[in-house]
Amino acid sequence: MRKKAFMFMAAAVLILAAVTAGGIFLEPAAMETDFSKTNLAPSGENLFGTDWMGRDMFARTIAGLSLSIRLGLLTAAASAGIALILGTVSAVSGRKADAVVSWCIDLVMGIPHILLVILISLACGRGFAGVAAGIALSHWPSLARVIRGEIIQLCQAPYILTAEKMGVPRIQNAVRHMIPHLMPQFFTGLVLLFPHAILHEASVTFLGFGLSSEQPAIGVILSESMQYLTTGRWWLAVFPGLSLVLVVILFAMLGEQIRRLTDPASVHE
Amino acid sequence: MKHRLQFAGKKLVRMALLLLGVSIVTFLLMCASPLDPLQTNVGQTALGSMSPEQIEQLEAYWGVGTPPLERYLGWLGDVLHGDMGTSLLYRQPVLTVIGQRLGSSLWLMLCAWLISGVLGLALGVISGAFRGRWPDKLIRGYCFLISSTPVFWLAILLLLVFSVWLGWFPIGFSVPAGMESASVTMADRIHHAVLPALTLSITGVANIALHTREKMVDVMESDYVLYARARGESRLSIVLRHGLRNVALPAITLQFASVSEIIGGSVMVEQVFSYPGLGQAAVTAGLGSDLPLLLGITVVTAAIVFAGNLAADLLYGVIDPKIRRRAAGR
Repeated sequence: MRKKAFMFMAAAVLILAAVTAGGIFLEPAAMETDFSKTNLAPSGENLFGTDWMGRDMFARTIAGLSLSIRLGLLTAAASAGIALILGTVSAVSGRKADAVVSWCIDLVMGIPHILLVILISLACGRGFAGVAAGIALSHWPSLARVIRGEIIQLCQAPYILTAEKMGVPRIQNAVRHMIPHLMPQFFTGLVLLFPHAILHEASVTFLGFGLSSEQPAIGVILSESMQYLTTGRWWLAVFPGLSLVLVVILFAMLGEQIRRLTDPASVHE
Repeated sequence: MKHRLQFAGKKLVRMALLLLGVSIVTFLLMCASPLDPLQTNVGQTALGSMSPEQIEQLEAYWGVGTPPLERYLGWLGDVLHGDMGTSLLYRQPVLTVIGQRLGSSLWLMLCAWLISGVLGLALGVISGAFRGRWPDKLIRGYCFLISSTPVFWLAILLLLVFSVWLGWFPIGFSVPAGMESASVTMADRIHHAVLPALTLSITGVANIALHTREKMVDVMESDYVLYARARGESRLSIVLRHGLRNVALPAITLQFASVSEIIGGSVMVEQVFSYPGLGQAAVTAGLGSDLPLLLGITVVTAAIVFAGNLAADLLYGVIDPKIRRRAAGR
């Protein structure tokens, strides 16, 4: 069972890495226009068909996914970092800090995610920086809550109490003894953040607040495809969307496997 | 009764403070935006051909020159008098725009909220009760697939299948195009709202079902269920008599917490179906740097989300005798 899980995880990482690398190589091909073959339906030569400018949809899709994955890695890591810091601060630095952080969590969770990402993206002037900041600054609350709860529980653990009695400063105690203990939860939370980050990136770009229309992003591709739906060019919307779903599923399954392997309750299954 | 009023009062104060926070954050974010509202709405060429006085007038209209603090305090003062300002794009009071838009969105969101809540609860309970068997696998697979699918892509797919290929439903808008508002019937409205509501319900189910399943699994492994089984109660009676009651509390939390997600989803869905609701107005306001409207929409949606949380907190006391008694004993 464990061996199977590791095999699956290795395969998933390999596929995602291949898509990311492939996208970087295919980026020039994704921009290439060829007006001799516009609006072709999917065939052996153009797997996903071509669009109104004769661009190969397969190359565009892979390039878009690659961009999404890179952006997702960046934003999920940033968001998880914020969650770790705020969660620790909230649990360790006394009641006032706790109240402030809890208030911030409630505030961020009170505004629907999409609206908040839109607002932050506007504040940073849209584009890559806008989406990146928007997603990084809006996805931390739930993980921060989990980390806060874990640390509060840890504070009663014998080895922490001993360290405290021996006069270890609180901050050092948290960094040296508590955070290493939290790493499994932290990494699981981090991996499970990817799917959300990628989905929100695509959504915000689709609405026109994210990556600019020259970039080969899935959101851009899908928002362009909206204009051609009624004329029967279904492949413009179906394949890029389907690939996005596949990538997100891979990430979600990866996170699920990591959670199972690190969770003591199910580690022996 | 008194303690419950006190509890509600405390929550209301906290809610008001959070709303104040939301408005400040939103305002600061909009003010920090480097995007020039004149450039985006009037355009470079038009600006070039205008006299300096005209440009000055426009800048005053879009509030470019005024210092942020003064603008915010002015806005806050007006809000306390029940005036949320005037939308710069629609040239109507923000409250009027929000009222109209919310009216058409509310139907959509309410339908989706109820359907996804009831269906999610049912699927979650079934899945938890049959843990590890085929109904569980089927439901979990479905939830997994749906939660990995972007809402707007699902909306595009449904549009493609039901509107373009099958022609069962119209492509967009909340009423038939080019029709007088008086002659629009209820049937027309429903006909136009089916697909958006369906999309929102389909996506809302996944989250609620998955979380309910977790709770149901916990309940099914508890000692009291083991005892009930030992007494020879059937699975159906265990689920109905012990499962549902114990899943009720987390289900309420989930149901009210999903309000925020449904509002977020409605932004995407309304955009795809060009359904003139609140979400679409938010996108328009954002793209056109219409500060008063976007600020108003954010505050109103946040108020709805907070009101949902408050309702959940108050319902706990009504449903769970343990919480009621603890509150009364204080």
